[in-house]
Amino acid sequence: MFWNLACLAVVAALASGLLPVFFSRSDAAVRTVAFGLLGLSGLAGILGGGGALLGGLTITRVLPVGLPWLHSHLRLDPLAGFFLLLVGLVTLVAAMYGPAYVRQYEEGPQPLLPLTLFTGLFVAGMNLVLLAADAFSFMIAWELMSVTSYFLVAYQHQHETHRRAAFIYLLMAQVGGLFILLGFGVLAGFGGGFDFAAMTAAQVPAKWATIAFLLAFIGFGMKAGVVPLHVWLPQAHPVAPSHISALMSGVMLKVAVYGFIRFVYDLLGTIHWQWGGLALFVGSASAVLGVLYALMQHDLKRLLAYHSVENIGIIYVGLGLSMIFAGTGHPQLAALGLIAALYHCLNHALFKSLLFFGAGSILQQSGEHDLNRMGGLIRRMPVTAVCFLIGCISISALPPFNGFVSEWLTFQAALQGTALKSGVLGALIPVAAAVLALTGALAAACFVKVFGVCFLGLSRSERCSTATETARGPLLGQVLLGLLCLLFGVLPTWTVGHLETVARQFLPEGMPEATAQGWLWLTPISPRVASYGAPLVLFGIGLAWLLAWLWLHPPHRKMPVRVGPAWDCGFGPLNARMQYTATAFTMPIRRIFGPVWPIREHFRPASAEEPRGRYDLHIDDWVWLKVYQPIGRLLLATARRLALIQGGNIRTYLAYSFFTLLFLLLVVSL
Amino acid sequence: MKGWILAFVQTGLFVFGAPLLAGWVKWIKCRLQSRQGPPPWQPYRDLRRLFNKEVVIAESSSTIFRIAPYLIFSVTVLASSVVPMVAIGLPTSAIADVIVLVGFLALARFFLALAGMDAGTAFGGMGSSREVTIASLAEPAMLMGVFTLAMTVNSTNLASMIGFLLNHPFQLYPSFVFAAMGLVLVAVAETGRIPVDNPATHLELTMVHEAMILEYSGRYLALMEWGAMLKLMIYGVLLANLFCPWGVAVDFAPLPLVAGLAALTGKLLVLGTALAVAETGLAKMRLFRVPQYLGLAFILCLLGMLSHVILEVS
Repeated sequence: MFWNLACLAVVAALASGLLPVFFSRSDAAVRTVAFGLLGLSGLAGILGGGGALLGGLTITRVLPVGLPWLHSHLRLDPLAGFFLLLVGLVTLVAAMYGPAYVRQYEEGPQPLLPLTLFTGLFVAGMNLVLLAADAFSFMIAWELMSVTSYFLVAYQHQHETHRRAAFIYLLMAQVGGLFILLGFGVLAGFGGGFDFAAMTAAQVPAKWATIAFLLAFIGFGMKAGVVPLHVWLPQAHPVAPSHISALMSGVMLKVAVYGFIRFVYDLLGTIHWQWGGLALFVGSASAVLGVLYALMQHDLKRLLAYHSVENIGIIYVGLGLSMIFAGTGHPQLAALGLIAALYHCLNHALFKSLLFFGAGSILQQSGEHDLNRMGGLIRRMPVTAVCFLIGCISISALPPFNGFVSEWLTFQAALQGTALKSGVLGALIPVAAAVLALTGALAAACFVKVFGVCFLGLSRSERCSTATETARGPLLGQVLLGLLCLLFGVLPTWTVGHLETVARQFLPEGMPEATAQGWLWLTPISPRVASYGAPLVLFGIGLAWLLAWLWLHPPHRKMPVRVGPAWDCGFGPLNARMQYTATAFTMPIRRIFGPVWPIREHFRPASAEEPRGRYDLHIDDWVWLKVYQPIGRLLLATARRLALIQGGNIRTYLAYSFFTLLFLLLVVSL
Repeated sequence: MKGWILAFVQTGLFVFGAPLLAGWVKWIKCRLQSRQGPPPWQPYRDLRRLFNKEVVIAESSSTIFRIAPYLIFSVTVLASSVVPMVAIGLPTSAIADVIVLVGFLALARFFLALAGMDAGTAFGGMGSSREVTIASLAEPAMLMGVFTLAMTVNSTNLASMIGFLLNHPFQLYPSFVFAAMGLVLVAVAETGRIPVDNPATHLELTMVHEAMILEYSGRYLALMEWGAMLKLMIYGVLLANLFCPWGVAVDFAPLPLVAGLAALTGKLLVLGTALAVAETGLAKMRLFRVPQYLGLAFILCLLGMLSHVILEVS
């Protein structure tokens, strides 16, 4: 049954893309059918994936499609089920969110149809990647996912920035796909077949295994967006429609993480600790650089995109720790790291999509994407504000919400670094923990900025002061995600108990201790080492709150609250321009970590032509300036050299063909 | 059951003892500066006065402004309930380990900073911006410091840490010395004392904590102030019991509990005096000197961790 549900998730997503083509006249019909079927796909994904995860099932099917000598192998196992559940969750909410959100495009220059068509194909592609059990189907599904999402990023292609972002995204997706293909090639060479069962069984020499690992690391890392392969993210996410950003950031990046886990834990099998070291290093760098760059952004969706880099970094830190422990013979600790990473995948999918949906609502209702022009939205959009606040608390890893649990588990894994014999690793893992701590604190700073500047204070623009609350569908979706953020934060023991199924699939031991103390207590290693009673935390805060409130509001006594103007130091009325902006808020951090960013700051004092003075601040990305631009220039220069052979003369071209033919004949005859 | 009752009593002691510690520091400080000074129990009077006063809130503020005092206070109370004060082995200390404790304090700070930005005044934003900057440097240093201890005793549970140190013969770990120095620096920064912030200032250019709560009045202000006093007490008890655990009761018999309370009171009075002496002797730093100060704390804690890995792991 779960298998049928998983298939239904794929088929419904395909149908949601293709069916509206037949009645493209009516926008309302397109919306209803496309998003209805998308919701069905999401629901089926949740049920099918959740069932496979909870039941610990592995279902394998061979479909007679594909190459003549390679039928399409499909498999639903707990790992695939878990990620199917993630895709399903966010797809379902996107389907609730979409109908009201896409209304703004109906008056726009584009028809609605491409958006729904490619959204359906995109979701189907993601689901197929998770179900694929041979390299051929995997790559087809992977490319379906990449190419359709290119069209989604390029949806509003009348803007030059959108076209550029989409092109960079496509370029990097294709290069990444190439690396993944080569990685599969190595394994297929040793395994003698393209299906995953043969690859798992293959005896790969250590050298080749490392080569395959590196290829997969780069390939999947490019999609997941680890530093320095992240440059497409901050360009593509802001320009895509918001529900697509939520899907891309919330789950497509997770599909890349899934591919990485599948490749390393399942297909390669024997893990070397050095690989874990690389993942840990890259993950730490992504986490801290992601959050530092995010702090400096004032475009809301771009800021969230950099936070995806940060969170993917945290996931990679968990995976790196897990691989180090697995490579040095500590299967229980390896399970802890893997579960921390998987838990963070779930959490990031929930809170990041929630934040993107919230950002989309703000964009739709106020037309603003620049934080420095927002303000006071909590009074105009209260429900969105509360949901957004939950997202902010969750992503800042604050208890009792979900982001905290996975970071806590990652810390617990890092603190077990002393179990390792190697002194170097033992000293490096705590440094990774330090980086993680810095990341968490900076993320909290960043989201104080986001929520404070966006929702609190006075409105900084006309449109924000007249914005209204968004429609019921988007609100319902966001409330659902907000509740899930709280639920997975308060019931970590239950969640970890089920994620253990995935860990047991690849590692000889799970974490029996983690859930041994009942549903109230999460004790990853043992109760003596560390425990976290998340439900009690929520209860304790509630109790203390209640007691304080009852004490301050005794019965039969009025507790008046007088409303007056804010304190203005006696100088006259305050205005919105006196508030701290997003740029001002992070100025101390900008000054402290100065060399991290290429900052161009320009100040012109008041003069005749600029009566109020002018301050300009541009913050770029070092990786873009120092790595990608030189590569781009080199490529263009090389292309220009090679263009010499392109003379435009038909006879020259015929000569080329002739000599090529001669050369090939020579090769064949040898 | 006995454990839960004790835990409630201990939390009550914590909550109602915190103003006394703050008053004590202020009294000693005044004495050192040749001033008469308010009596140590003055904070109780202040809180009582504020609780009875009318609340005035800014018209530009939102719900966040009104829930923040309750949330900050209740989260800080919860944080104080998980810190072993007079006894270890209380059931509340299993709810949260030291990482969660840091998380609680971060949650309270998150809402404090939001409350600062809520009214839309320049001061509030200024205070919030400074607070999160300082916190984003102090929090990793704090975690590094406690991780050093956690790796020595192989536990992040505060009760387990203290129990380990009590059960083992005294040994001067080099890593503990570094961690203690680092954590003292962090505690001063986190509780907003001189030289990082000045709790007595209302000068625009130097305010951090006071700038954020500038709009508060009446019972809201009282809760905010009380939360800050609790935070001072939490850091005091942490430093006292982690680095000088002697006297903490290991079982729930009356005599050890009374001895534990007496020992803790003594330790806190000494710590409070040390803080007052330091505050009298030092001048407040410029804001942009604070990163160097916290960088030093971070380096000390990191050194502690490395010296643990290099010297103490056998």
